Amino acid sequence: MAISTPVTPSASTTGTERPDVIVIDQVRKRFTVRKDNTIRERIVTLGRAGRKHRQDFWALDGVTTTIKAGSTVGLIGQNGSGKSTLLKAIGGIIQPTSGTVSRRGRLAALLELGAGFHPDLSGRENVFLNASLLGLSRAETEARFDDILAFSGIGDFIDTQVKFYSSGMYVRLAFAVAVHTDPDVLLVDEVLAVGDEAFQRKCLDRIRSFQEQGKTIIIVTHSLSQVQEMCDRVVLLNKGKVLHDGDPIAAVSLFRDVLEERRAGELSADVAVGRGTVLGASVHADGKGARDGVTPGDDLVVDMEFEHLDGVADWEAAVQINNTAGQVVYGTTTGIMGIHLEPLHGRRKLRLRIADTTFGTGKYFVNVSMMDSAGRHLHDLPECDSFEVPSFGDAVGTVYAKPSIEELD
Amino acid sequence: MTALANEPLVVVGAPTSAFRGTWRELRDVFQQREMLGMLIRRDLKARYKDSALGFVWTLVRPLTQLLIYYFVMGQILGAAKGIDNFAIYVFTGLSAYTLFSEIVAGSTSSIVGNSGLIKKVYVPREVFPLASVGAALVNYTIQFGILIVATLVIGVFPWHTGLVYLIPSLLVILVYGAAIGLVLAALNVYLRDVQFVIDVGLMVLLWASPIVYSYSMVLERLKVDWLLAVYTNNPLTLSVLGMQNAIWLHDPADVTYPSHLMLRLLVAFVIGLFLLVGAQRVFSRLQGNFAQEL
Repeated sequence: MAISTPVTPSASTTGTERPDVIVIDQVRKRFTVRKDNTIRERIVTLGRAGRKHRQDFWALDGVTTTIKAGSTVGLIGQNGSGKSTLLKAIGGIIQPTSGTVSRRGRLAALLELGAGFHPDLSGRENVFLNASLLGLSRAETEARFDDILAFSGIGDFIDTQVKFYSSGMYVRLAFAVAVHTDPDVLLVDEVLAVGDEAFQRKCLDRIRSFQEQGKTIIIVTHSLSQVQEMCDRVVLLNKGKVLHDGDPIAAVSLFRDVLEERRAGELSADVAVGRGTVLGASVHADGKGARDGVTPGDDLVVDMEFEHLDGVADWEAAVQINNTAGQVVYGTTTGIMGIHLEPLHGRRKLRLRIADTTFGTGKYFVNVSMMDSAGRHLHDLPECDSFEVPSFGDAVGTVYAKPSIEELD
Repeated sequence: MTALANEPLVVVGAPTSAFRGTWRELRDVFQQREMLGMLIRRDLKARYKDSALGFVWTLVRPLTQLLIYYFVMGQILGAAKGIDNFAIYVFTGLSAYTLFSEIVAGSTSSIVGNSGLIKKVYVPREVFPLASVGAALVNYTIQFGILIVATLVIGVFPWHTGLVYLIPSLLVILVYGAAIGLVLAALNVYLRDVQFVIDVGLMVLLWASPIVYSYSMVLERLKVDWLLAVYTNNPLTLSVLGMQNAIWLHDPADVTYPSHLMLRLLVAFVIGLFLLVGAQRVFSRLQGNFAQEL
């Protein structure tokens, strides 16, 4: 989602004292995985022996946090870090093993779109049923029905049974119902990853308008760019514990570290396959110092140093430039440049020159990778250096070009 | 924003204290009555959607049962001897039994059947078993209508004082059906064996009530006092007898009813109410883990 002007949701509501809408106090949740599922097995494994057939793990381990009205909070973390569990605990769908969750106001949980849809009922019947599950009365649903129908874009299919819908129609109708329920607190779990681009944009616009109305949104997502774009606060969970609670940018970069650690852990097993390393890289604009701002028209120079202990005959160097949202702004490899590099034994320094750049205002990170001829990454060095493009005042976005205007008539 | 600030901070999830908890959950369910109505409608609509005869099918099963019992039991095996208007007699008991069995079977599978919803949306979980109770009641109303029409056609419309038994009998069935249904619905989440057990249990209950034979026959043959007491005070037996008292016209000299039938029904109803509260407590204790066990 490339939406250039970030929204500051808290700005409109700072005047009044904002009440806490959700208070989470020392919430712990234990899941027990059992390997015996029938009565017979349970009786056989009763008592002490039964403990061997059980495995406990703490999906949430002492989570404490308070969420104020009008904030948009992102929950991020690896798979299995407990973010969906926390969202479900807030929604009352699961009960914590210990600790309490308290809240005020009406809450709508969008954990799965169309969870309450019955395939044999028509779209219209499902709208009413689903809206009532999300807390709307029949009269309220009737009043909003036309809006829901218009938002979903289902048209005449509304009286067709839902089982004949395409998956896109299904999701659109479900989302349309959910966003029209007008909750004080909206819980969103990954549901924005569905639908085509146009519909996703519509959903995000809707969420933005929620923010402007001062509603509270708690969102679980894997899209870090979405988090940075929408949230004014991020809670980073790792193994059921809160690792970071606050500034989104810091949370995302901390999360990248966590992912990097995990990735490194996974890689260490097969690192012997290719003992190549990207030793380092630095970036600067040609003719300027390393820390100077890069302005449009500058040539960007990336100096890289590689090493391979066993020697590699066929290899490629790759450079990728990301913005702070983690979005790829630019990328190239020696392979797609059509350059065949000499075999690498020991160390080698390379210089990449990117001519006449037009990066827009903001901070950019440089990632350098070493790949074999099959495109496998031998080693990545993410965010090894960064550069900044100063503000020009007349344009925003990841690309800068001089704007001007003239009268046509 | 200020309106929101004035709202109280409520702890999420089922409360633990006994009667206050029940009261709060009752209130929650009452607030969701519109949704309850929609769930009932959904259950009924979805069941016979796309079938040409639709609602007629709800009647096919009890009417077939009626025909079988009428001919096989009544005429061939001779159970009809000494029972006037045997068809009305059987259908009165049978429809009462069907109400009970649909409540129990429907609620038992209701939580598992709605697992998709329970895992994703929070609503007071009691609404699902209650929706099954509602759907069963709708079906019963149709059968009851047919029963009344039949009495009109045959010319034995039950306009007599026995009608006072109608409401207590229905209440006893509802209270016990809902209590058993709530507990089994919750247990079924943890042990799917429950839904197979109830098939057997319901079959036993069908034959353990004077539906296709008369209470007098039981009195003649069952000479063990305590067994007879168990048989008679079975709430389903009491309700069936009460319903027969209300709907089925007969010569009072031919038919024996247990003494103080009305009192027994009332006692059963009060006990049933306590059981229902207890069942709700069990349900609410077990529902905390529904989402992860489903």
